[in-house]
Amino acid sequence: MNLAVRDIRYHLGRFILTSVGLGLLLGVVMSMGGIYRGLFADALAVLNHTRADIWVVQQDTNGPFAENSRIPEDIKYRIKGVPGVAQASPLSFETLQLERGGRPFRFFLIGYDLNGFGGPPVITAGRNIRQKHYELVAAKGMNMALGEKLHLGLHDYTVVGITGKVVSSSGDPAAYVSLSDAQDIQFKKDNDAIRSDRARIDANLSRIQTLSPTQTKFLRQNVAAIAESTHTVNTVVARLAPGADLSQVKERINRWNHFRPLSEEEQSRILTKGMIEKARMQLGLFRIILLVISAVIISLIIYTSTLDKIRVIATLKLIGSPNRVIVGMILQQSLLMGVIAYAIGYLLLLMTYDKFPRRIVLEPFDLRLLLAIVIVICILASFVGIRKALKVEPAEALGG
Amino acid sequence: MDRMSYAIEVEKLTKIYGRGETAVTALLDATFQVKPGELVAILGPSGSGKSTLLTAIGLINEPTRGRVVLDGALVADGGWVAGIDLKRLRREKLGFIFQAHNLIPFLTAQENVMVALEINRVSRHDAKIRAAELLGSLNLGRRLNNYPSALSGGEAQRVAIARALANVPKVILADEPTAALDTENGKNVMALLKKLAVENSSAILVVTHDHRMVEGFDRIFEVHDGRISCPPLAEGER
Ligand SMILES: Nc1ncnc2c1ncn2[C@@H]1O[C@H](COP(=O)(O)OP(=O)(O)O)[C@@H](O)[C@H]1O
Ligand SMILES: [Mg+2]
Repeated sequence: MNLAVRDIRYHLGRFILTSVGLGLLLGVVMSMGGIYRGLFADALAVLNHTRADIWVVQQDTNGPFAENSRIPEDIKYRIKGVPGVAQASPLSFETLQLERGGRPFRFFLIGYDLNGFGGPPVITAGRNIRQKHYELVAAKGMNMALGEKLHLGLHDYTVVGITGKVVSSSGDPAAYVSLSDAQDIQFKKDNDAIRSDRARIDANLSRIQTLSPTQTKFLRQNVAAIAESTHTVNTVVARLAPGADLSQVKERINRWNHFRPLSEEEQSRILTKGMIEKARMQLGLFRIILLVISAVIISLIIYTSTLDKIRVIATLKLIGSPNRVIVGMILQQSLLMGVIAYAIGYLLLLMTYDKFPRRIVLEPFDLRLLLAIVIVICILASFVGIRKALKVEPAEALGG
Repeated sequence: MDRMSYAIEVEKLTKIYGRGETAVTALLDATFQVKPGELVAILGPSGSGKSTLLTAIGLINEPTRGRVVLDGALVADGGWVAGIDLKRLRREKLGFIFQAHNLIPFLTAQENVMVALEINRVSRHDAKIRAAELLGSLNLGRRLNNYPSALSGGEAQRVAIARALANVPKVILADEPTAALDTENGKNVMALLKKLAVENSSAILVVTHDHRMVEGFDRIFEVHDGRISCPPLAEGER
């Protein structure tokens, strides 16, 4: 007969209540692990969806995810020409925050070459961008409907398609537009600014007395074109041909002096190490604190439930129960409580994890590790009760 | 009858609680023998040492001096015999019944009896059947699945008796088993014990301070201030 189970059955309400409480606590511990994994997945989402072997970024920078990286768009032709490179495609990234329905609305705008790669990984509704202008594919997290319009920069953009869970490294949902649209949104000046720029160029040129009117006109056009050019991107990504040597290609791009080629691995290290290391430590610390709290709570519950059972334990000893019966009762109760609380926490998290504002990723390894830790905690916690129980004298069953 | 066949044999059994100035001699030089199947009452005022005697024989309370032999096994000789397994002897040779029934509150009547059987390596299946039979024979057949809190005092005490009897022990020790019961129920419990002594040929020691309860007992020991006076076994029975 299992005494632990009988005792639980008799005090079912109390047991359920404590298990649910403990379950909530363990659910929070689990969710913190999930949040950390989610940070990781978010940080790498764009990187993984792009599936590029090399990220070419501005010299001396860590690339567009870490800082400002600007390179000319036409460098893509030179990169395509490097032996071993199969495809090269320019990308632009920008985090935008607008007002929508009276609330701040943040998202990550990705501009991609419609003939290149780096666009939406899947289309779950609607279609991909077909026209060069004013079409937008929104990630699920944008909560936008097909056909809805969004005013960005100087124009309205129509949602033509919905893609999956693509987010920026800070967890903002992504939206895709064509590269030229993205460049307009990011770099194009409004008409007032253009007018005043042109006036300034005119004023500057008119001070140069030696220029002929033809020369002035020519210069004016060229300077204005450069000032108004939007042909800048944040990175050019490249895929290698099968069998190509990564380090040779990098070496080659490095020699041009103005760009830094990052391998996918380096890019992923920049995204994880630098950007989420602190969050990881923070979450880790919280998890440890919560686990210690759980351990203290389980110990206290087991200890008080042992105190409640002193007379039962004394009676069991009196009728000659071996110690293993008593130790087993306390240990099993502790383990049952821990395992059931774990299950409750897990179920709660399963029911709620997609409602969290940030992505939660439950890794089987993390879950198993936590279960093992909970079991160890339960075993250690039951020691305080077992120590007390072993000291109980059978004579204590006689009083009263 | 040779000494091997006594159920209980006690010689100069002494228990002193504490040391020095605060020492209390609760039991002094008790010497007696009880045969299997004998029903013995121990009478005496409160504080006279009755419980001390019972717990010393019951392997709960270590004697200060003297010898105790249970069912032929020497268990105490100036303290417990070295290396003795008290729990095992308790579960195999002894049955306890107390004033407060001491049932385990979270087990049903049947399960309370099953515990005693299962710790003696009776399979769960057999334990279940034997517990039900035993409780049935004590008129508790309809109470098998009740928790102790739902039983009357008399019923609870009968469950406790069933638990004490479950392993058919050679020695049953009962400390004021009727104290919490009314006269009617008390007499029923005593009659039950008497019947069991005969049927199981167990030696039963019953502590009580109620003279009305002891009719029909084989012998009556009286305890005063830790000294026990007991009628000897009849000549022919030695
Ligand atoms: N654990 C103990 N420590 C000290 N003195 C005790 C203890 N148990 C009993 N005594 C004392 O021993 C004497 C006999 O007690 P007990 O055997 O309980 O008597 P009875 O059961 O006849 O009422 C009493 O004076 C009591 O105070
Ligand atoms: Mg007493």
